[in-house]
Amino acid sequence: MKSFDYLRPETLEEALAALSDPDTAVLGGGTNLLDLMKLGVALPDRLVDLTRLPGLDRIETLPDGSWRIGAMVRNADLARDPGFAAAFPMVAEALLSGASAQLRNAATLGGNLMQATRCAWFQDPQARCNRRAPGSGCDALEGANRGHAVLGWTPACIAVHPSDFCVPLAALDAQVEVAGPAGIRHVPLETFHLLPGEEAHRVTALEPGEIVLALRLPAAAAAFAGHARYLKLRERTSFAFALLSAAAALRVEDGRIAEARLALGGVAARPWRCHAAEVLLESAPAAPDSFARAAAAALETAAPSGANGYKIVLAERILARALAAAAAGTPAEMPALPGSLMDDSDRETAHA
Amino acid sequence: MTFSITLTVNGTPHHLALDDLRVTLLDLLRDRLGLTGTKKGCDRGQCGACTVLVNGRRLNACLALAAQQDGAEITTIEGLAPEGRLHPLQAAFLEHDAFQCGYCTPGQIMSAAGLIAEGADGADIERIREGMSGNLCRCGAYRGIARAVAAAAQSENGETEA
Repeated sequence: MKSFDYLRPETLEEALAALSDPDTAVLGGGTNLLDLMKLGVALPDRLVDLTRLPGLDRIETLPDGSWRIGAMVRNADLARDPGFAAAFPMVAEALLSGASAQLRNAATLGGNLMQATRCAWFQDPQARCNRRAPGSGCDALEGANRGHAVLGWTPACIAVHPSDFCVPLAALDAQVEVAGPAGIRHVPLETFHLLPGEEAHRVTALEPGEIVLALRLPAAAAAFAGHARYLKLRERTSFAFALLSAAAALRVEDGRIAEARLALGGVAARPWRCHAAEVLLESAPAAPDSFARAAAAALETAAPSGANGYKIVLAERILARALAAAAAGTPAEMPALPGSLMDDSDRETAHA
Repeated sequence: MTFSITLTVNGTPHHLALDDLRVTLLDLLRDRLGLTGTKKGCDRGQCGACTVLVNGRRLNACLALAAQQDGAEITTIEGLAPEGRLHPLQAAFLEHDAFQCGYCTPGQIMSAAGLIAEGADGADIERIREGMSGNLCRCGAYRGIARAVAAAAQSENGETEA
């Protein structure tokens, strides 16, 4: 690992001043950044540790009923906050399906938003990767790309965003509160992660010198708490990134869908909000036919970026299944995650 | 750059000047404090062999910078039980044949201690399996591990073992 200096600012002003140096990286829980530094992918000259900045570890409700969660709140603490989990059960479910208990105890909200893709070529400094080394090319195009993007990709980059947490957040109209030299601004989480164009190295909406300060969830997002699920498909029983995932939240009135919120994970360089499918579901009966039509609409513009055409069919299925699970109602106690071959009971398991 | 930290490891306070900021908590424990019970497996947060308790929470010591532990209370496998006695988890691992080569065992036991302290999973084998998924065992002793953790969780809660 390249050596670096370490700063632990005590105020936001100190932190922002330290970040004016371009070779500075922000340190939260370190679960992704330290790994990338060990791999030689991240090479910062200095780290600015934000974990002790006052106020960033707060989970609070604001007078207008919206929620504000500080950037240094740990994933495990947010998932287990009783008020938060009751208001946003599919966000808690997504958090608890991610990584391992040890990593969730360390990983922060801000770090989760800012984490890098797990594309194998991005993580290999010897490989060609436009995201890591602009203009070098993309080895994933000709490599083992069965896990790569089927939506929003270009030949410059076919990587996917790895977060579970961000998928329900995109569905629920979360906003990212950003602090920088010019003050505070808010960016919709749905567009916080940038899709590749001809280039791919700029991956979030953050400008140089800006940091994620907090996340906001509007009061209206809690109206979906009774019918909200996150479903995750992965290649081993636990502790694996999503091959595909879906967040589905409904407001159901007299057996009909009054409102729907949908997003897919594992399909693109950002959590993928499915607006067209949401519109199709409005006023439709909460029934399998509606779910299948909506799921097909969500994947209408999908195209394989390699040997991953199967993900389009699978994404439709997981979306329809998430909708059915959401329509059935949020369980009082979330099922054991994720169910293993050793489980000899016949209870429901949420994930596969 | 030198950075000074104070931390408590298994009840003993340490004042340390870090002359290299790259030192992880894992390397600090093993190489500078001589506590080699905490194991280095993957060094990437993927295997759990380095699991310790930091302020009562289980973490991967390989992905934690020593500098970030200023003021922390660390418990390692060496500090889990008083000298000469077994912690209920250690006894349960023996009773339930929960290891073969033993390399992952300190991390498994510290992770289980963290899991039981979290109090979310009780003695439900399936939830324990999920809660312990951050600890790999290449010998494949998972069945015994889950049973040992369930037994220790039950005895911790004052219940009788089924």
